[in-house]
Amino acid sequence: MIKEILTSLFLLLGGFFMLLAGFGILRFPDVYTRMHAATKSGTLGVTGALIALSLYFWDTEITVRAMLPILFTLITAPVAAHCISRSAFKSGVELSENSVINEFEQNQEISTDEQIK
Amino acid sequence: MIFSSIVIFTIMVVVGIIFALIRLAIGPTLADRVVALDLITTQIVGIIAVYSIAISNSTYLIDAITITILSFLGTVTFAYYLGIGGKP
Repeated sequence: MIKEILTSLFLLLGGFFMLLAGFGILRFPDVYTRMHAATKSGTLGVTGALIALSLYFWDTEITVRAMLPILFTLITAPVAAHCISRSAFKSGVELSENSVINEFEQNQEISTDEQIK
Repeated sequence: MIFSSIVIFTIMVVVGIIFALIRLAIGPTLADRVVALDLITTQIVGIIAVYSIAISNSTYLIDAITITILSFLGTVTFAYYLGIGGKP
């Protein structure tokens, strides 16, 4: 009984975060904020769904096999987001006009000034 | 109780996939589309998990692992394409 309740709870949590990820990727103003929504909420959503799966089956082998996508997502999602945001900034995608700080460009200016000196 | 949770989960994830597909269609730059594709593959892994619960069979979990790795490879490939000066 309590296993069913926990399974349903994790399923609903995962589905809610996936819905939030889709809503964020549709509504946020520029690439970088959209990436923030998609990566974090998507990782939480897939973690909730796979934990619900391992609770439902309650078996060691299936649990180990369900932890592997969680592990891969936790490792690869930040790396992929970093790669694509760096490439997008270098290829000239503008920030939103509501952005208040651009630390990457400021660091670039400081480092080029130091090189000149 | 698990059945109604599965139905609600599927409805929420399908709505999320539709939002991501809209962003994939109207995204102004290539980076938007790549982020939308990455999100769609993540949501498909969630669909695979809930389908495995619905049919009480864990055969398709291997596909979830494969799709996760292939999504990372695709995103890094598009990032490399943008980095060497591809058309955004």
